[in-house]
Amino acid sequence: MNIHAQPVIEVRDLRMRYGSTDVLTGVDFTVRRGEVVVLLGPNGAGKTTTIEILEGFRHRSAGEVSVLGVDPATGGEDWRARLGVVLQSWRDHGKWQVRQLLHQLGRCYAPYASPQRPRPWDTDELVAMVGLADQADKRVARLSGGQRRRLDVAIGIVGRPEVLFLDEPTAGFDPHARREFHELLHRLSDLDDTTILLTTHDLDEAERLADRILILADGRIIADGSPAQLARRVSNRAEVRWGRGGEQFVHATDDATGFVRKLFAQYDTDITDLEVRRPSLEDTYLALVHRVETGSAVPARTGFEETAE
Amino acid sequence: MTRTWYAVRLGLTRGLIEFRQGLTNPQDLWFYLAFPAMFLTPLWFLRDNEVPGTDLPVATLAIPGVAGMLVAYGGLISPGAGLASEREDGTLLRAKALPRGMETYLAGITLRTNLEAVTMAALVLVPAMLLFDGVAPAGINGWLTVLWVLVLGLLATVPLGLVVGSLASSPRTVGGMGFLCTGALVAISGIFYPITALAGWLQVIGQIFPIYWLGLGMRSAFLPDSALAVEIGRSWRTWETVGVLGVWALVGLLLAPRVLRRMARRESGADMAARRQAAMQRLV
Repeated sequence: MNIHAQPVIEVRDLRMRYGSTDVLTGVDFTVRRGEVVVLLGPNGAGKTTTIEILEGFRHRSAGEVSVLGVDPATGGEDWRARLGVVLQSWRDHGKWQVRQLLHQLGRCYAPYASPQRPRPWDTDELVAMVGLADQADKRVARLSGGQRRRLDVAIGIVGRPEVLFLDEPTAGFDPHARREFHELLHRLSDLDDTTILLTTHDLDEAERLADRILILADGRIIADGSPAQLARRVSNRAEVRWGRGGEQFVHATDDATGFVRKLFAQYDTDITDLEVRRPSLEDTYLALVHRVETGSAVPARTGFEETAE
Repeated sequence: MTRTWYAVRLGLTRGLIEFRQGLTNPQDLWFYLAFPAMFLTPLWFLRDNEVPGTDLPVATLAIPGVAGMLVAYGGLISPGAGLASEREDGTLLRAKALPRGMETYLAGITLRTNLEAVTMAALVLVPAMLLFDGVAPAGINGWLTVLWVLVLGLLATVPLGLVVGSLASSPRTVGGMGFLCTGALVAISGIFYPITALAGWLQVIGQIFPIYWLGLGMRSAFLPDSALAVEIGRSWRTWETVGVLGVWALVGLLLAPRVLRRMARRESGADMAARRQAAMQRLV
């Protein structure tokens, strides 16, 4: 990650107002090249709005936004060619065959290829990569729900994007499909150096995928960090469980490492079934969102944004 | 410019593929064949009846007009409903996510709907020419007339259809309202019986819209001058046909780029999700 320090997405004081409702009241964050960032937040917090502003699909009310160094509101087709957007399809292109559709859509990117980044993906390679090789000649309308979503991902990455946006990509996935999808995203970020920003409601998924998590609530980013960093912000308290002489013990502590060291110093090999449990991302997330919603002891990045415009 | 041209070419490929998909899909094929059958069957039974005031059978007189009407219908409804339903199902949003995807999409739907309209007209005309005596364009001039009426008619209708599709809130609005409106217009456009049989004010309304002129233009290509007895002014009014269809084409071509650009700019995932939600609720 060290050579990839330059920001790909930069958002400063982004505001969005629909009529008289403020959806975003000052969103700030940065995503660096090759990072996988997950945007979490309660329903209606403005996740989709944020992503759509970054994609250039929606005009913001105020603030500064840059994606690949370009303002999405004025981004041209050359800029567009460097983005990937994974949309939730429903029944579009139902009569097309999988391979045929990917080939047709991929050709849109051909004029934007460069020696460093050949575009688009080879259709057959892409079909295999998303696990649709057996369905390549099937009509899109005949695909199962999970297969269809994989096709959505394939369409999103067919132009070998430098930045990929995904809005709730795994809604409706079974666990197996979800796992495969996660592997695909890892591959894209590792091998192809793709910067990925996605939203999800699945906290396990967020924890598994994210280099960094952003929590959007109350119209702004209330937390920004790795899952472990976020957990520490809420509480350092961990739960240590162990067994000794057939008995089970539990102890809550702020210094789990120190406590376990002492435990071993005292009982050594008598200790069995040792387990250190930190707050899960779910605990952390709920605590952080709850703090904001009830207006109590607010986390670090706050305060001045809340004053009236 | 070359990239725009590339996008348009890609769109034409897209249009051809989708047109072919229509021809190989049982549901669409049924739609294609139902129309000609619906019009030709009654005319077959009326083939010996002559239209009063002329020595021509009903079929001979009606078929060119029906073909013209189908061009107008295909030119308006098929791009209108097509665009509206592809806005609803997310095809448009996908196009928007691709570089120059909108240009590609619009080139595609334009080619496809033109081909569909021509096919619909041909599916009425070709069987009619085989089934009925005396239904054929009058020589090379007749064929040339068919050609220019077709081209001008499509120019007068397809851009307008795209405008309608961009403004419509849902494909069902286009389907329902479009069907009603074109149905009413067909009734006063002199397609199935001479427009001169209608009240004067209805004749005026009928002559505002392209359907009447498409029908008249087609009749001028197919029918002998003895059929003029039932036309307004006893004339094919070629220049008026060019004029009215030309004005509609101009209006459509001026309006379409603006309306389409506005529609494309506004298209977003959230709006599409809302439309999808509304459509799903209708299904439940």
